Order: sequence, then C-alpha cells, then structure tokens
Amino acid sequence: MLKEFDLKKDIKLDFTSGWSYDPAPESTDHVHIKDQYDHFIGGKFVAPQGGQYFDTTNPANEKKLASVAMGCDKDVDAAVKAARTAYDKYWSKMSPRDRGRYIYRIARMIQERAREFAVIETLDGGKPIRESRDVDVPLVAAYFFYYAGWADKLQYAFPGGNPKPLGVAGQIIPWNFPLLMAAWKIAPALATGNTVVLKPAETTPLTSLKLAEIIQEADLPPGVVNIVTGAGDTGASIVNHPNVDKIAFTGSTNVGKIIQKSIAGTNKKLTLELGGKAANIIFDDATIDQAVEGIINGIFFNQGHVCCAGSRLFVQEGVADIIRDKLIDRMQSLIVGDPMDKNTDIGAINSKEQLGTIQRYLEIGLNEGNEIYQTKCDLPDKGYWCCPTLVANVSQSSRLVQEEIFGPVLTIQTFRTPEEVLEKANNTPYGLSGGVWTDKGSKIFNMTNKVRAGVMWANTFNKFDPTSPFGGYKESGLGREGGLHGLYPYLKF
Amino acid sequence: MSNVTSAVPDFRFTPTIDQVGVEERVAKLNTRSIKKESKMFALKLALSMVDLTTLEGMDSPGKVRQLCQKAMHPHDAVDDIPKVAAVCVYPTFVRTAKETLKGSGINVASVATAFPSGWAPLQSKLDEVRFCVDEGADEIDMVISRGEFLKGNYSYIFDEVAQVKEACGPAHLKVILETGELQTLDNVRRASDISMYAGADFIKTSTGKVSPAATQPVTLVMLEAIRDYYYKTGKKIGMKPAGGIRDAKTAIRYLVMVKETLGADWLNPDLFRFGASTLANDLLMQIVKQQTGVYQSIDYFSKD
Amino acid sequence: MYMGGAFPRSESERYYPLNDKKGNFIANICLGSRKDFRNAVVAARKAFDGWAARSAYNRGQILYRIAEMMEGRKDQLVAELVKEGSSPKAAQKEAETAIDRVVYFAGWTDKYQQVFGNVNPVASSHFNFSNPEPTGVVSVIAPQNESLLGFVQTIIPIIAGGNVVVVQASEMKPLATLTFCEILHSSDVPGGVVNVITGKTKELASHFSSHMDVNAVVFCEDDSSLKKLIQENASLNVKGVVHRQVKDYYSDENENPYLILDLQEIKTTWHPVGI
Repeated sequence: MLKEFDLKKDIKLDFTSGWSYDPAPESTDHVHIKDQYDHFIGGKFVAPQGGQYFDTTNPANEKKLASVAMGCDKDVDAAVKAARTAYDKYWSKMSPRDRGRYIYRIARMIQERAREFAVIETLDGGKPIRESRDVDVPLVAAYFFYYAGWADKLQYAFPGGNPKPLGVAGQIIPWNFPLLMAAWKIAPALATGNTVVLKPAETTPLTSLKLAEIIQEADLPPGVVNIVTGAGDTGASIVNHPNVDKIAFTGSTNVGKIIQKSIAGTNKKLTLELGGKAANIIFDDATIDQAVEGIINGIFFNQGHVCCAGSRLFVQEGVADIIRDKLIDRMQSLIVGDPMDKNTDIGAINSKEQLGTIQRYLEIGLNEGNEIYQTKCDLPDKGYWCCPTLVANVSQSSRLVQEEIFGPVLTIQTFRTPEEVLEKANNTPYGLSGGVWTDKGSKIFNMTNKVRAGVMWANTFNKFDPTSPFGGYKESGLGREGGLHGLYPYLKF
Repeated sequence: MSNVTSAVPDFRFTPTIDQVGVEERVAKLNTRSIKKESKMFALKLALSMVDLTTLEGMDSPGKVRQLCQKAMHPHDAVDDIPKVAAVCVYPTFVRTAKETLKGSGINVASVATAFPSGWAPLQSKLDEVRFCVDEGADEIDMVISRGEFLKGNYSYIFDEVAQVKEACGPAHLKVILETGELQTLDNVRRASDISMYAGADFIKTSTGKVSPAATQPVTLVMLEAIRDYYYKTGKKIGMKPAGGIRDAKTAIRYLVMVKETLGADWLNPDLFRFGASTLANDLLMQIVKQQTGVYQSIDYFSKD
Repeated sequence: MYMGGAFPRSESERYYPLNDKKGNFIANICLGSRKDFRNAVVAARKAFDGWAARSAYNRGQILYRIAEMMEGRKDQLVAELVKEGSSPKAAQKEAETAIDRVVYFAGWTDKYQQVFGNVNPVASSHFNFSNPEPTGVVSVIAPQNESLLGFVQTIIPIIAGGNVVVVQASEMKPLATLTFCEILHSSDVPGGVVNVITGKTKELASHFSSHMDVNAVVFCEDDSSLKKLIQENASLNVKGVVHRQVKDYYSDENENPYLILDLQEIKTTWHPVGI
C-alpha cells in the first residue's frame, strides 16, 4: 500500500482548508486542430502512402484530438528525397545570411502564435499550461532566434576549421517536450545548412505539425524541413534510410542503443540525448528553502517526464529531517489536475503506457520494502495521473534508484561526507545532469568537477537556455545540443 | 537590562538565502490565476487585513478621525464589506483614534521608537512605547536600529526588541525591519529571526518612508522565517508587509504567498496585515466590480 | 606488453614470431588475450581520476618530457623502424616528426580548454560556462603501418586531454611502439595512463569495442567489417566511436586541437548570480 504522508504531528501547516482557487481554465478559442493531419513533405501536406492514420489523444481526458498520418517506408523515402533535393537545389546554394533570415522568420512567427502552440502542446501532451506557456514555447522561439544568428557566422565558431554541412539530417524526438525538442533539432540543423526529416513522437505530433504550417507560411524552400509522423517503425525507417547523413535522436537509452547499432558500418553522424538519473545533492550548509524549491522543480517539473530530472535526492544527515518535512509540506501545496487550468502544477501523465511504467516501478518499490509516500490529491475520473511521490530511506541497490522512472517519483538517500555522496552520485550508467546545493563556493566547484555529468546545476536546477550546451556522459548520450557546441554535430570539417 | 527570557538565536542555524531562487519562487507564485468566488473571497479577506495608515508630518486630529470613519465604514453603499483590522498613526494621535474607534473592534496601532529612523536613546524609545500604550494603543509598530544591525551588533537589536516588548505590556508588538535599508535577503532573514526570538508578535517589512518598501521576495523570506520559527517553537508569528502595496492584484499575490508558504492558519488578520493607505479603495473598487461586472471609478469611493 | 606501468607477458602465455621483410626472425611478441585487455582496462580505470586531476600545466610538462626522452633515444627508435622495414631516411623522418607531434600536443594541454570552453550568455540571472572534460577510458586500435608516428599521433592527443588509453599496437610492426612504451615508462607518465597490448586485431577488436567500462573507442583502419563490428559493439554502452582516417601522417592537418576535442565531453555548469 502506498502511504499518505503522516501529518499527525502537533506542529503542522494546513494547506488543504480555507481559501482555495477556483478553476482557471485557459481558453481554447481560436485554437484550431484539424480532424486529420498528413505528412509534411516537400513543402506540402501529403497523405500517407500506406493510407493509414492513427489517433492522438488528450491524456487528461482520453479524448481523441485528431488522426495523424502513419508513416511507412515510402513516406520516409519521399521525405528524404525531398530533403535531398532541397539540399542540392536550394539550401546549400543559398547565402548563409538568407538561411538565417528564414530561421529568424520562423522564430518570430512562433512568438506571434505562442498561445496557440502552448494550448495545443498541453492538450496533446498533458503538461500544465503554465509550463507550456512560460517555459516550452518561449524557449522554442529563443532557440530559433539563437541559431538563426549563427547561420552566417559559422567560420567564427570553429577556429582553424572550415565547417561544411552534412546534408540530410534525420531527427527523431520524444514526447516530453514535443515542440521544444523539434526546435532543438531543427534550428541548429538549418543554421548549419542541413535539411531535415523530423519525426515527432506518436503521442505528441500536433505541435510539430503546427510548426509545419508555420514553416509553410514562412515560405521556406520546399523540402528543407519535412515532418513525417508515426511510431517506432517510422523512426527506424529514417534511421536505416541510406540517403540520410546524420541521425539526431532524443529518447530512451534503450532505443538510442538500437539506433547506434543500426547505423553501425555507415558514415552517418550520430547525436544521442538519452536517459538520466540525476543526483540532486543537498549539503547541510545549503540555502534550505531554495534547495527545497530546487528539489521540487527538479523532479516534479513536467510530471517528472524529464531526462535530466533530479530523481535521486541525496541529503546530508544534519538536514535530512528538516528537508524531508519541508518537502512534504511543499508537496501538499502542489496542484495536480487539469493541465489546461492555469493553476495546475502537475498535469497528466503523457500516456497510459507511461503511467503503467511508473506504476510498475512503484510496485517494485513496495515489494522491495521501501516507504513510499504520496500526497493526497483529487484526481479527475478520466485521464492518466500520478500524485507526487516520495520514496524514503531507499538503498542504492533499489531499482528505483538505479533505473530511470520518468515520472513524479523522488527517491531520498542520506549521506555524511562529500566522498560518500560522490561515489553514490556517480554509481550509475547515466551521466546527463546533476545538482549541488551548498553555500560554499569552493565546495561547489569541487563537486561539479567530480560528478560525471554533462550539465551541472549548482544552487539551481532544470534550467535551460539556447546558449547553453546540453547533453550527457556515459549512457546518457553522444554530443551536445544547444550553444556553440550544438553546432558541431551538424558539421564536418 | 531586565527580564530577557529567551537567548539570542544561534545564527549558525539560520539558513542563508539565495536571492535568485527566491525571485524565481515569487515569479512562479505570481502565475496563480485567481478568479470568481476565490477572487471575491481574497478581496474581502485582504480588506479585513488592512492597517489603514496615516503617517505624515501634516496629520491632524481631523484627518485621523476621518481615517477611523473610513476604517469602520469602508463603503456602506455595498453590503457585506468587512471592516479593516487596524488604524495606524503616530503616538500623538493614539487617543483621538482610540476614542473615534471605540466599540468598533478595530485596533489602534501606533508607530513608536523614534519612527522612522530609530535614532534616539533607548530610554526615550521605551518611554515613547509606554506613552502609546497608556494612551490606549493596542499594537506598537517599532523600528529596529538599522545602524546597529548593519554594524553587526545583533545582540543590541535582540535586547532592544526584548525591552520594547516588555514595555508594550498587553499591547502587541510589530517589529519593523526596514528591509529597504537591510538590503540583502540574508540580512532580512537574520533580522527576522532576532526579532521573533526576542519577542515580536509580528514582523513587518518597512516604515513606508524608505524605498523600496515591501517587496514580494522580502516578504517570502520573512514568511519562511516565520515558518521555521513555528516548526521549532510551535508559536505563530504574524507578518505585515507595509508600503508599496497599492492595488488589489498585488495584495492577492501576497495572499497567495501566505497560503502556499504558511497555509490556511495565517490567512486571517490576527496573523497577516497589509500596511497601506490607498490599497483599501482599490480593494473596494474591485469588490464592487466583481459584484456588478462594471469597472469602477475612484470618484465613487471616499478617499479618506 | 605495457600495462599499469609494468611490462608483463600475456597471461595466456601465447606469443607470435615477428619477422622482417625478408622473413628473418626478429623477436617473439606477446599475443595478447581478452583477459590481458580486461586487466589493462582495470589498470587504466585506476589511473584515470589521478591523470584527469593533474593540472593542465603538469600534463604538458609530462608530455614535453616524453619528447625529450624520445630525442635522447632517437637512434634506437630509428633503428627499430628500419628493422620494421623503413629506409634509414624515412625512419629518421618518422622519428623526428613523431617527436614534433608530441611537442605540439604537449603545448595544447593548457590551451584547448580556452579554445573549446565558453561562457554562455544565458538569459536568466545565472553564470553559465562550458568546459571540456576527458571522456575516460579510451580503447584504441593503433594504425597498423606507421608504428611510431601513427601511434604517437593517435594516442598523444587523447592523453593530452586527460584520458587514459588501452592500445592495441600494430600487429606486424610493434617494435618501435614497445620502445616508445619504455620511454613512457621512464618519463613521468603515471602507470596505467597508457597501456599497450600486442596481438591481433581480429581477436581483440570485439573486446576493445564491447567492454562496458570503456567510454570510447578509436580505430584507424579503413576496413568496413571492422568498422561495423566496432560500431555495433559500441552501442552496448553508448561508447563514442572515433574513426581516424589519416591519409598522410606527415601532413600539417595532423596538427590541430580538434583531435583532442573528439575525446572530450563538454560539461556545462550553472550558478545563480545574486546577493
């Protein structure tokens, strides 16, 4: 049995009674979702050659939003051909400045239609409208703006190098940040002079298809960006297509390994952004209240569907109790429910399948004998939900500590010395991100140097910026996205 | 030095504060969207928490009496409008206010201890406090000696607050930190801890005479200090942001901070106040707007 | 073989004879096994933290010291290259170029971070910077033909960047390589930073590319089945794979810091800027 928090102590704060917020639903007026979406190939929306469509649903109410083309080998082939033609005919011949202009135009149009994108992102994926409105969509525009400017400045990015585009980039993106991942992939690829075949995740294709509409309106030469929808087979078809020069994938480590294996023996360049199991380390001299907020933001941001989520909390023993108490209080004030409500902090789990995965892990945790606590929340009848969850006193060998859960589940371990916590933090096949909280500057640099991970947040967590490279060590991936380093995987020298 | 019962808190256990983290938390809280019934509830709650204030050199008994009338009858044209919590004046006007408010249940608060600068001998500050209490003040809003605080003379502040508390007798003590002069959030947190451990019933941001006055980050840090003090001692200390809160929208943002930091227990005038002069009318206009659906003009609300 | 700062024989006790061009016997060479490789990875892993933690200046000093030692034993290196089939003139050139390359990369140890690191102007109140860090344990199948210059050109940029290596030496031309190992040994390179196994690519490549405690694999031959094997195995733990195809080891193109960058991970660190 999952336990509710033990709130029977004498001194407690009351976050349930009294003044409560009325529903504040974001309006869906002027947001148009078509009944059916085709592939975007060669600048046009074209029906799938296999004639098949699949449904994309709203995970918050299980209602169908639209049917979407199921991509087959022929569709992918058409998209790759269109991308190749566009590369040869337009994109590689265009002046870098003009290339940049197109990307700027996309950025501006996204800003203009920001609300529409945010609403569709939330409907299709289940993330809170507050996050899609305040985080995802503004970052999408920012990534396009940032990389637009690089298009005619590449020679300054690589001293002594003479960078050249690779050709056609096949890009496969996940469902946790659907539009943002599209931006992370498309913006640097276009800026460096490549053309693109992109496949969004099957549960969240709509914002990518909306982006296709913008790309069409921006009058990008046909075929420079092609979007093919579908599931794993469609992705495999892109990966295995002989005329693709580059594969960029964000998703699970398992699929990443399959992709790396599939392209073995070819000359395809590869970027992988895979799983993570980040340690978030709290020392006893930390700014405690901000650390608690960082822990919350680290694990409950986007329902914990974040590869760099701070899913393993390490607390120094002297502050373990106070951190735990404060976390519990803070978790009570998290609002779980309708993602379209402007006050929702934690929305719907992205799919039934993912909810099943999370629940399986909670069962494993219970079978291992862990103390697992959940906040009490009133959940809608329909849809996929998981209340914020805390796994206390868990051991390093627990599968909940070892494996990526990709949900709002936080494990807590305590430590006494920096050596001890470093050993535990690095005792994982992953190496994507990590957090360190201490008020002592020299300790920060010591720890951030020694944790083997690509992004280290010191006294903060889950921050993203187009100028800042992102990517992992070890089984968390290959290459970087974002910043100057994000150009490198799309160029040859 | 007499009868100081508690000890100076051990600052080794006072957590440090990261300004950027506090600002991020505030920004996130400010995205709360308060609509319909919950907005009406908040507007009325905020009105009931107002310490209607006049602290000007040109104050007069007539002006204080007008203010007291406004406190008792904020806008009688509409039913169900709550009274404000208190009227806040200079010591000289305590008696006038007390007499005007007789039987209303509204408290009289007096600033004291050489408000606003605090530059006076301790003895004269204590005398001033006793005078205010004798005149009938229910609440004393003291200022701490920021000069001593910024020097690092924390025990001076502790003793000062403790002695004023003793001089207050039955009156409630609000301790004004003047956070605009303390400048850093670490200082705000430390001054909050000193004040609470020395006997404050409320901690208050500002005199209103120094810019910036109340800000959300400062208030959040003080609310968190109150929370830690409560965890440790079980005692509930009140909070009063003062100065700069002029409109209903801002006031509701403060209430959201209180709700999500300290919970429901603090959402009442015994534990949360707004020190403000123009806020009350904006709250009233918003209440009427909510009731009628029509945007309001200040011409229909008494300014004093 | 050279492993963890010692010169053991193969645990398998196998060896193979090395002959010169005319078929005259030169020496017996250890035929390294998968277990030798396993032991070498253990030695390398043990050495990694210490080597990566050396100051950049210190790594540069050590690399420069290697070059000095090579200079001192140049005649021996040349003689061995000649034994392996080079003309004396070509051997002389190869040895000299190899020394130049070591000096070249020694100079980069405290500079590539400045070229490839950045301060990133993020939009929020944070200080954000990116800096290269070594990838870890790198397995390397050294080029088969240029036993000294090719070996040096392949591994020096990797260790200059703070990585440790386990290398399979050229199967048919291991002599100069092994002398180079003696030079490493008598210079200040800590044991375990460079580990060299002699043996056959056919036997070793699958282990070099599959070992789960190896972070990246480097190979040089233009052999499509070898490439496929290595890339497939690399996917077991998402190793970085670097295929160094060098047409001319004497060309200036071999002198560039991107050869260091290939085996670096970029770490990005965020910190708030406030009071």
